[in-house]
Amino acid sequence: MRRLFSAAAALALASTLVACGSDDSSGGDDATTTLTVFAAASLTSTFTELGKQFEADHDGVKVVFNFAGSSDLVAQIQQGAPADVFASADTANMDKATGDDLVEGDPVDFATNVLEIATPPDNPANVTSLQDLAKPGVKVVVCAPEVPCGAATVKVTDLAGVKLKPVSEEQSVTDVLGKVTSGDADAGLVYVTDVTAAGDAVHGVEFPESDQVVNVYPIAALADSKEPDLAADFVSLVTGEQGQSVLSDAGFGAP
Amino acid sequence: MAASSAQVGLPRWAFLPAVAGALFIMLPLVALLVRVDWSNFVGLVTSDSALAALWLSLKTSTTSTALCLVFGVPMALVLARTEFRGEQALRSLILLPLVLPPVVGGIALLYTFGRRGLLGSTLDVLGIQIAFSTTAVVMAQTFVALPFLVLSLEGAMRTAGHRYEVVAATLGARPTTVFRRVTLPLVLPGLVSGAILSFARSLGEFGATITFAGSLQGVTRTLPLEIYLQRETDPDAAVALSLLLVLVAVLVIGLARGGRGLG
Repeated sequence: MRRLFSAAAALALASTLVACGSDDSSGGDDATTTLTVFAAASLTSTFTELGKQFEADHDGVKVVFNFAGSSDLVAQIQQGAPADVFASADTANMDKATGDDLVEGDPVDFATNVLEIATPPDNPANVTSLQDLAKPGVKVVVCAPEVPCGAATVKVTDLAGVKLKPVSEEQSVTDVLGKVTSGDADAGLVYVTDVTAAGDAVHGVEFPESDQVVNVYPIAALADSKEPDLAADFVSLVTGEQGQSVLSDAGFGAP
Repeated sequence: MAASSAQVGLPRWAFLPAVAGALFIMLPLVALLVRVDWSNFVGLVTSDSALAALWLSLKTSTTSTALCLVFGVPMALVLARTEFRGEQALRSLILLPLVLPPVVGGIALLYTFGRRGLLGSTLDVLGIQIAFSTTAVVMAQTFVALPFLVLSLEGAMRTAGHRYEVVAATLGARPTTVFRRVTLPLVLPGLVSGAILSFARSLGEFGATITFAGSLQGVTRTLPLEIYLQRETDPDAAVALSLLLVLVAVLVIGLARGGRGLG
């Protein structure tokens, strides 16, 4: 009996470790003001850089980020998570926030992203086009249709008349990229910016059909923000010249 | 054994934190029940994708539990009945998946059995491809669940002691006969609870599966993966499926209590 107990305790321990998600850590001290930015996971590197610039321009201000899938973020905001700015990877999730009157003013589009094929560096299946992904024996991994990158994948393949038979429909772009960098998949459909960020770990194959499905990234200050001026400043930084140059270096398109 | 605890009495301060702890565990389950869209519940949990995920989960968890028994029983036997240098270190390593985040387990499995992993090229030559297959799901589950079986069974074996085994051996029983006729019946409750814990852990497996096996309906998308995916577009379906998983878990715990009653 005691054994079952200790094993059950271990089970509990193990399962808490599964959920090592990010909490909102808004514990800034009195001397500094904290600006909390909820941003899509694909913005991690660019927004971290812009956050540093923002802190350099604003004395005593600390920028705290919560990077996650846009639908996770909007759900957290709907449940009352303290956030000042929301940057979404698609308009659908921003629409959820505006629909619930959680946004201050109108959201501004600040970047675009298109899909690109990622293969392992040596491109073992010799993929050169979207059509190649439908060849028998090519192991293709895509995002599930339920998530934004998967919805874009369905649109692009439908428009191009390509019928994919993926070996896996992943939860996020990161999961797709993981299967490609490990070499287990011959190709995956991810965003251009993911290929740029992955560097030498993957080989990117652009395809002309990608232009027909463009993902638009909107940003907005939130209605419940306690720092509305700073929130507006951050939005201006992202939509302004500085922000646009950082974003375009990372492979994002102009809105 | 249970009778003695009733006469000692409990320190009074124990009640408040005990009740608080129990509420902490039960309240989220109540919240889940409240949130369920009952009018569509049946439709949500009997959709094609939900049934495929449930069936896959039950199938893979059963297979994983069987594998845990096949490998775990001998492992527990070796750990409990022999002494050798480095045994402690070996035990800690074997129990490592208990404390590792399952995602780490998944990454490790990927770099072992994946196409370019440690054993991947060898397996490739033999025509075996594990990634993206149901086999990968079973492997991920077995990896995280095996320590539960080894832990409970080794404990049961140590508690049982080996006096009876020694007697059986002096009476001329061969090691296999001793194991089958003496050791196994003595540790049966530990074996049953260990197997049920392994099943429960396999059923809840998420991190290692999504990292190592991928996610495809009917092939690798188990119930926890389906819940996580449905949450993106259909929170009602995610809640309904969560409740379904809770129900299966309650069933498993019920079985575990029954199994414990055997002792």
